[in-house]
Amino acid sequence: MVLSLIIAISVLVSIVFAMVNGNLQSLVAAWTQGAGEAVSLCIALCGIICLWSAVIELMRQSGLAEKLSKLLRPVLGRIFPTAAKDRETMEALSQNVSANLLGLGNAATPAGIRAATLMQKLSGQSHASNELCLLVVMNTASIQLLPTTVAALRTSLGAFAPYDILPAVWLTSAASVSAGIFAAKLFEKLSSP
Amino acid sequence: MRFLGELAVPLILGGIFTYAIFKKTDVFSAMTKGAKDGLRVIWGIIPALITLLPCIYMLRESGALDVLCRMISPLSSLLGIPSETVPLMLMRPLSGSGALALAGDIIKTSGADSFTGRCAAVMLGSTETTFYVIAVYFGAAGIKNSRHAIPAALIADFTGFVAAVFFTRLFFGF
Repeated sequence: MVLSLIIAISVLVSIVFAMVNGNLQSLVAAWTQGAGEAVSLCIALCGIICLWSAVIELMRQSGLAEKLSKLLRPVLGRIFPTAAKDRETMEALSQNVSANLLGLGNAATPAGIRAATLMQKLSGQSHASNELCLLVVMNTASIQLLPTTVAALRTSLGAFAPYDILPAVWLTSAASVSAGIFAAKLFEKLSSP
Repeated sequence: MRFLGELAVPLILGGIFTYAIFKKTDVFSAMTKGAKDGLRVIWGIIPALITLLPCIYMLRESGALDVLCRMISPLSSLLGIPSETVPLMLMRPLSGSGALALAGDIIKTSGADSFTGRCAAVMLGSTETTFYVIAVYFGAAGIKNSRHAIPAALIADFTGFVAAVFFTRLFFGF
């Protein structure tokens, strides 16, 4: 809904600006050029995204993803003490986090949804429990070991070493996730005096 | 640290393939299946990009994007954020393909290895489509009252944007 509004407003605002600046002709040219560029961008990204997707599937099928999920369990137990009491919830939770870490978006969402429904059942409340809010916050702040789409974008746009931003991405994600967890915990304290 | 970035992919790949061979995984069939999934992902984003990229081109050509960036630049320069990345920061929580289109445009016009281009890349790679994720999770768990999830998630996003600028400066010495 918000996106539809943004699209409509940007078209209208652009037309008004172009009228004022007297470049309506080049506006239409730019508009149609954008569609062509969209397809070129997808073609440029296609090979790299598919290649990474292939590597990620290999991680899943070889059992590496499962292994990481087991390694994460003790750490997550400290962040989610209530969920840690239930084995099934903990399993879904660690699958969700490990899939996110590996960039397995397709596997992360179903595991996350399973964790969310189980957590909500455990809490027995109708509104979002503290731990569910935390789970959602952790999912909105991406923690990714291999930001493949960005790497693909940089490769296709001529970066000298497309992967040299990885350490910066890792530290930035860590900062953003920590801030999210901290904020969620702070709001918890504020809402329950 | 820059060295680590160059070494990361070979190391990760080496680890993955060693483990796969050790576990006797069918590497070829796993990878072709993964590549097929990748094709589906690309196929899925083409229509969104065809809808969104022309809007960005229009905004830039008309001069509206320039005006927007100039309006925000006093505020963003206070935090050291390049004003070109501000539209990306606004779009990021709302739409994944919108953010991809904007980041692609910024990286292309500013240069992939420029400060602004790198900032945009780090911002895109270290954040998520917040509102989409919130809608999916709370929708699935059947929850109407999301309490503090949205403000906390937005705080995380904003911290990510500021941190992206900080770490880009730190690692690449701009």
